[in-house]
Amino acid sequence: MGQANTLPTEKGRSNAGGPSKNGQKKSEKDINDNNPPALYEKRRRWHPKRVWGRFRQMKWAVLIALLGIYYIAPWIRWDRGADAANQAILVDFTEGRIYFFALEFWQQEFYYITGILILAALGLFLATALLGRVWCGFACPQTVWTDFFIWVERFIEGDRAARIRLDAAPWSTSKIAKRTLKHIIWLLIALVTGGAWIAYFVDAPTLVSDIANFTVSGNTLFFVGLFTATTYLLAGFAREQVCTYMCPWPRIQASMTDEDSLLVTYEVPRGEPRAKPSRDGNYDDRGHCIDCNNCVVVCPTGIDIRDGNQLECIGCGLCIDACDNVMDKIGLPRGLISYDSVNRMNARQHNEKPKHKIFRPRTVIYAVLMVAVAAIMGYVLSTRAHLDVNILRDRNPMFVLMKDGSIQNGYTFKILNKTREHREYVLTLDGLVGAGMKIAGDNAETDTLMLTSEPDSVRSYKLYVSAPKSVLNGRESTKVLFTLTETGARENQETAQYESVFVGPKKR
Amino acid sequence: MAEDKKIDPIAGVETTGHSWDGIQELDNPMPRWWLWVFYATIAFSVVYMVMYPSVPLGKTYFKGTENYEQRVDVANDIAAAKAANSEILGKIAAADLETILADKDLRDFSRAGGKAVFLDNCAGCHGSGATGGPGYPNLADDDWIWGGDLAAINETINHGIRWDLDDDTRLSEMPNFGADEILESSDINNVSEYVLSLSGQEHDATAATNGAVVFEEQCVACHGEGGVGDQGVGAPALADAIWLHGDGSKEFLTKQLTNARHGQMPAWDDRLDETTIKMLTIYVHTLGGGQ
Repeated sequence: MGQANTLPTEKGRSNAGGPSKNGQKKSEKDINDNNPPALYEKRRRWHPKRVWGRFRQMKWAVLIALLGIYYIAPWIRWDRGADAANQAILVDFTEGRIYFFALEFWQQEFYYITGILILAALGLFLATALLGRVWCGFACPQTVWTDFFIWVERFIEGDRAARIRLDAAPWSTSKIAKRTLKHIIWLLIALVTGGAWIAYFVDAPTLVSDIANFTVSGNTLFFVGLFTATTYLLAGFAREQVCTYMCPWPRIQASMTDEDSLLVTYEVPRGEPRAKPSRDGNYDDRGHCIDCNNCVVVCPTGIDIRDGNQLECIGCGLCIDACDNVMDKIGLPRGLISYDSVNRMNARQHNEKPKHKIFRPRTVIYAVLMVAVAAIMGYVLSTRAHLDVNILRDRNPMFVLMKDGSIQNGYTFKILNKTREHREYVLTLDGLVGAGMKIAGDNAETDTLMLTSEPDSVRSYKLYVSAPKSVLNGRESTKVLFTLTETGARENQETAQYESVFVGPKKR
Repeated sequence: MAEDKKIDPIAGVETTGHSWDGIQELDNPMPRWWLWVFYATIAFSVVYMVMYPSVPLGKTYFKGTENYEQRVDVANDIAAAKAANSEILGKIAAADLETILADKDLRDFSRAGGKAVFLDNCAGCHGSGATGGPGYPNLADDDWIWGGDLAAINETINHGIRWDLDDDTRLSEMPNFGADEILESSDINNVSEYVLSLSGQEHDATAATNGAVVFEEQCVACHGEGGVGDQGVGAPALADAIWLHGDGSKEFLTKQLTNARHGQMPAWDDRLDETTIKMLTIYVHTLGGGQ
C-alpha cells in the first residue's frame, strides 16, 4: 500500500486505504499536462495476512481433501487380470484406454469424457448461480496450490508484516537463507505435483522406480519438468494474477449470478459511514465498519470487498472470517461481510424478512439438465456393449461388375472386442436376396461367415459381398443389415448390428 | 482523440477515448512481466539463429552451430521405419504366396504395403481403385486375361505383358483379320454377330450361325470353344459381361476384328524387389476377384 490514493471520491468509499487496483494512477492533472500513462506496470507484491475462522477452516479441509485425493489416487491398485494395467485410475495413451476402477473406456468412447465435461460445466454454472465463485475460492487447483505455497511462505518468512519487511530489507545472510529454503520447498512441492500428474498417465510405481534408477524416458522427464515449472510459477509467483488476467471465468461469472446468488458482500447500509472504533461502544449513529482494514489485508487477491462485487473476488470468504473476528471483539453482531444476495439486502433495508430463493429458473434448469445428462450417461454406461462393429464401405470402386454379370461391393468390417476373452461370431447379411459373402483372399462365397476376434482388440476384416444384378431391381443403392452374432462357449454372448448399403450401377 | 481522454470515475484509470454505445475502454497499462516475456522471445530467436540454419548466404546458408538438417531427420525416420518393418518383411520374403495369404498378420501387412506400391506404380494405368479403364484391365473383378491365381498374378507383375525388354514376358497377338484381309467383311460381320450371341446380347441369328463356322476356323484356337477364353495365351473370355477395350458392342467387335488392339504392361522385376512384388501380388489378389 502506501500509494497516494487519488481515486476521485465517490459513494463515500475513498478512505478505504486498500491497495488500488492499479499501481500507477493518474490524475486529471497528469492528463491535462500531457503526461502519457505508463505503458507497462510493475507487479504489485501482495502478502495476504493470516486469518482464523469458519471459512479458513473450510478451505483447509477442502485443501487437505483435494490434495490427498490428487496425490493418493494414482497409487490405488485394481486387479484387471494378468495382461491389463492394474492401476485404478489410468489414462493410457499408447493403448488408447482410460481406466477408472471397474470401468474401462476405449478411445472410440471418448464421448463419455464429453458427457463428464458437460456435467462439470453445468455443475460450475449451478454452483455459481447459488454461491458465486465458490469453485474459485475453495476448489480450483490455482487456489489450492497458491494457499499451500503461501502456507509454506508464512512458515518460513512469517506473516504479512514480516514478509513485507523482508521484501524491503537489504540482502543479508538470513534473508538469503530464508528465500533459498522457501524456493527449495516450493520446487519440491512442484516436483511432486508434476510427478503425480504424470502418474495418472503411466504406471505410478514404475514411474517412481524409473526416476529413482535414472532410467526414466526423456518424454516423461519433459512432462514432469513442465508441470513442475508451471506449478512453481503459477502458485509461487503468478498467484492471483492467474485469476484476474488469465482465467476467463471472472468475465463470464457476471452473467451467471443474479439478485438471489449468495456472493461475498459488504453490507453498505450497516457499515457506512465507517469510522474509527467508538470509544464508548456506542454505534447507534454511525456505521458498524471500524475501518480496521482486516478484510483487505487477508484477501488473497488484494481487493477491498467494501468497494462492492468485483471481478477479482474469488468468493473465498476469508474477509468474512476477518470481519467476524473483529465484530466479536467490539461486541457487534457478525455478518457485516457475509455471503449475501442483493434481494436479501434490499429486504433488510425495507425491514422485510430476508428470503433466500434457492429454486429459481436458472438453478432449476441447471439442476434438471445435470440430472438429465447424468441419467443419459448412466443409462449408456450401464447398457454399454462389449462388442461393437464398424463398417466402412469401399468408395473406390463404388462397385465392381463381375464376369457372370453380378455386382460386388467391398467392405472393411471391424470388430471391437472389449472383453479380455477370445470370441467367435457368425456374420449374416439381410436385405439382399441371393447375396454371397467372402473374406478377401477366399475363393468361394457363402451365405454366412465365421469370424473371430482376439481379446481386448480390434479385428479388421476385408469383406466382399456380391449379388445378382436382378436383385437390385435397378436400384442404385440398397440398404443391407450386417448382424454379428456371437457363438462359442463364452457366457454373456452379445450381438451387434450395423446398417450399410449395397451399391449397383445406375439404371439406364 | 486525446481531448476525449478522461479518468474513469469508477476504475480511476484513464480511458482510451474510444466509446461504443457509451461503453468506454480503459487504458490499463500492460503488466511488466508481459514485457519480459516479449524480451525473452527476442532472446530466444537470437539463440535459435545461432544454433540452427537461419541466414541465407547467396547460394548457401548459415548452417548454425548445431549443424541441424531436416534431411538427416527424414533419413533417420526412414531407417527407423525400415528397421521396425524388417522382421515382418523378412517373414514375407521367406514365405511362399499361399502361406502369406493364409497368415492374418502377413496378409494384412502385405495388403497395406502392396496398396502403397500399387498407388505409386500401377494406379497410373489401372486407377487408384484398381478398376482400370478402356484398354486397362479392371483388377477388382474376377475376369482375368492372364490368370487370377497368386502364381499367375505374380508372374504378370514380374515379367509384364508384351514387354520387349523382358525375355520371359507374356506374349500373344490377335491377327488383324480385316486390315490384313484374312477375312471378308461379311465374315467379320457374321463373327461379330456370333460373339454378340455368346455374351447373350441382341444379335442377328442367321449371321451368327454363319459366324459360328468362321469362329470355329479362325478364333477357337485361342478364345476356346464357345468363347470361354484361354488364360494361357491371354485370350480374353468373350462369353462374359466384361470387355477390355470397349463395351462389347458390334461396332467395337468389328473394330477389334479389323485392327486388333493389344495391351502392354511393363515388367516390374527390375524396378521392384521380390518382397515388394509379393506384397503387390497379395494386394491385387485380395481386391475382390482373386482365384
